[in-house]
Amino acid sequence: MQSSNDRPCGAGGGPESSAGKQEDHGAPARDVTYGDPWYDELASGWGELDGTGMPAPSVPPARDEPGPAAARARDVYVQVQRSQAFQEVRGRYRRFVVPGAAAFLIWYVGYVVAATAAPGLMARPVAGAVNVAMLAGLGQFLTTFVLAWAYARHARLRRDRPALDLRWDTQELARGAQRGAL
Amino acid sequence: MTADHQVLALLLFSGFVAVTLGITTWVSRRRHGSAEEFYAGGRLFSPMENGFAIAGDYMSAASFLGIAGLIALYGYDGLLYSVGFLVAWLVVLFLVAELVRNCGRFTLADVVAARMRERPVRIAAGTSSVMVSVLYLVAQMVGAGSLVALLLGRTSGAARVWAVIGVGALMVIYVSLGGMRATTWIQIVKAVLLLTGTVVLTVLVLVRFHGDVDRLLLTAAERSGHGKAFLAPGLKYGGDWTARFDFISLGLALVLGTAGLPHILSRFYTVPTARAARRSVVWSIGLIGSFYLMTIVLGFGAAAVVGPRVVSASNAAGNTAVPLLALDLGGGAGSTGGTVLFAVVAAVAFATILAVVAGITLASSASVAHDLYASLRRSRGSARSEVAVARWAAVGIGLVAIALGLLARDLNVAFLVGLAFAVAASANLPVLLYSLFWRGFTTRGAVWAVYGGLFPAIGLVLLSPVVSGSPDSLFPGVDFQYFPLENPGIVSIPLGFLAGWLGTVTSDEVADEAKYAETEVRSLTGAGAV
Repeated sequence: MQSSNDRPCGAGGGPESSAGKQEDHGAPARDVTYGDPWYDELASGWGELDGTGMPAPSVPPARDEPGPAAARARDVYVQVQRSQAFQEVRGRYRRFVVPGAAAFLIWYVGYVVAATAAPGLMARPVAGAVNVAMLAGLGQFLTTFVLAWAYARHARLRRDRPALDLRWDTQELARGAQRGAL
Repeated sequence: MTADHQVLALLLFSGFVAVTLGITTWVSRRRHGSAEEFYAGGRLFSPMENGFAIAGDYMSAASFLGIAGLIALYGYDGLLYSVGFLVAWLVVLFLVAELVRNCGRFTLADVVAARMRERPVRIAAGTSSVMVSVLYLVAQMVGAGSLVALLLGRTSGAARVWAVIGVGALMVIYVSLGGMRATTWIQIVKAVLLLTGTVVLTVLVLVRFHGDVDRLLLTAAERSGHGKAFLAPGLKYGGDWTARFDFISLGLALVLGTAGLPHILSRFYTVPTARAARRSVVWSIGLIGSFYLMTIVLGFGAAAVVGPRVVSASNAAGNTAVPLLALDLGGGAGSTGGTVLFAVVAAVAFATILAVVAGITLASSASVAHDLYASLRRSRGSARSEVAVARWAAVGIGLVAIALGLLARDLNVAFLVGLAFAVAASANLPVLLYSLFWRGFTTRGAVWAVYGGLFPAIGLVLLSPVVSGSPDSLFPGVDFQYFPLENPGIVSIPLGFLAGWLGTVTSDEVADEAKYAETEVRSLTGAGAV
């Protein structure tokens, strides 16, 4: 089960690979010095305090009357949300997760209902001591393992790379929006 | 049990306590007191470490001793439980883990409050998180008391009281001094111990039957006295339709509740990225799945080797099935092997309880300090003082849990774990899913979703047979039972979702498109994540 997840990750697995990613962005990105991205100040505040106890500087002072910086930072997210690249990432995520989640929930509820409402069917012997209920129970374990593996593989191959590119672009846009407003 | 068992079990357990206290001291050596460090362990754990810690957080003594015991007594019906506990992780993996890691900081309320008016939402989500944690914690504390009585053969009240106080004191020390870093390492150590113990016992059971699982099952069925019915569902939950609906209700709560458990959600913040959160969930699915597969072997093994009659004579709920099995596999009572294995199982069970309560205490102290205190205080304190509040909150929650654990120590509180899952599924999951996926969700919807799941879940339990109106209830003398099921999930989970929808469509507030765009972009890309 785990073998596929033990691989050293490509882009996006940790701070080191993100630092590598930063260089891929070439000249325009170089004048912006990102420190460690995970500890960097937020592109726009997430309603949180910073270490000094004051609201983080990038947080709009009041949400009802956003300043120009906040307004532009908000536009950045709307702009990214409407972009083709983001729609594609979201579509890939939803096209996998919605049918997947529906399938395993129906399969699980069906199993529980069958076990409680149709014990006769579940007790039907298959081979030796093994009956339908045993097979269904072990089947639940098996489908859980397989779906977890399939999800991880789908996300790694189809979603991680474009999502990381989007992350970087979004953060850059948000930074640009803020600098422009100051 | 003989004195040898007790001495050896106590020695092993003291060893575990010494190691964990050592870990706590070691990680608090270079303490900065930042919130990042206290709540999230600096976010620098690897996916494998976090996967083990999640498994250590999730596999409680109830599943180690309880599920194997249920299988030993009722056969297949015990297995139904473990399936629910495992499949729940797919909900976590598909819908929650990565998105929550990307757009929250420390707690569930962070994710919801980012889109909404912060104060009411934080108070609602913080309240329900603390509620879930306290229910779960009391169940574990009472379990610790009974476990001591069972495993050390001391049924005196004093032993139980000291077990509850001891567990409470240790968890407060781990959490308030070591924060998330100490808690995580304790959970990792515990997960390794528990899995090693389970693997050893499983191998011994399989060796006993020469690797023939078919014969193991047939022997179990034969010794149970139920024949083939032992291998099919129906012995425990197959009674009248109330019992059947009760099990369906529990099944729903188990599968949907895990994704709303605060101590599970807070584990995703201990890794650097959403990708690492996903990989840690895949690790934990592998570990938890193998663990439950092995408990099935242990349960049927206990039925085949020890026999359900001996198990239920020792403890009516079957909790001693695995220790008795260990005694037999090691060579029987009085033999060295039996003594050692029994003591190891007892020590692992203690370690399990300690690691689980530490995780829950930490998560609830985060909810108290980061959500409730931060929203209710008038003046804005510093982040440093928030961590101090969290440390004291851990002490306070420890005291509350000890007090409730002592009050409830003679009551049958097995339903509390199911109830904690039901509250998590009814109050926390709807608000979380709506805020991540519903464009039009509003502040009122969020507040209603939380309270609309929380109050029905608690209220229905108060009106259910577990509290009054039946010989096994908490107050058998009175009868205000109006709801027939022991687990409220089948009613309260839909109510939570319904309340969230109702609150949203009836509010005048128009959902902020830009805020939703921000949540969606952040959750799927990780932009701006900490």
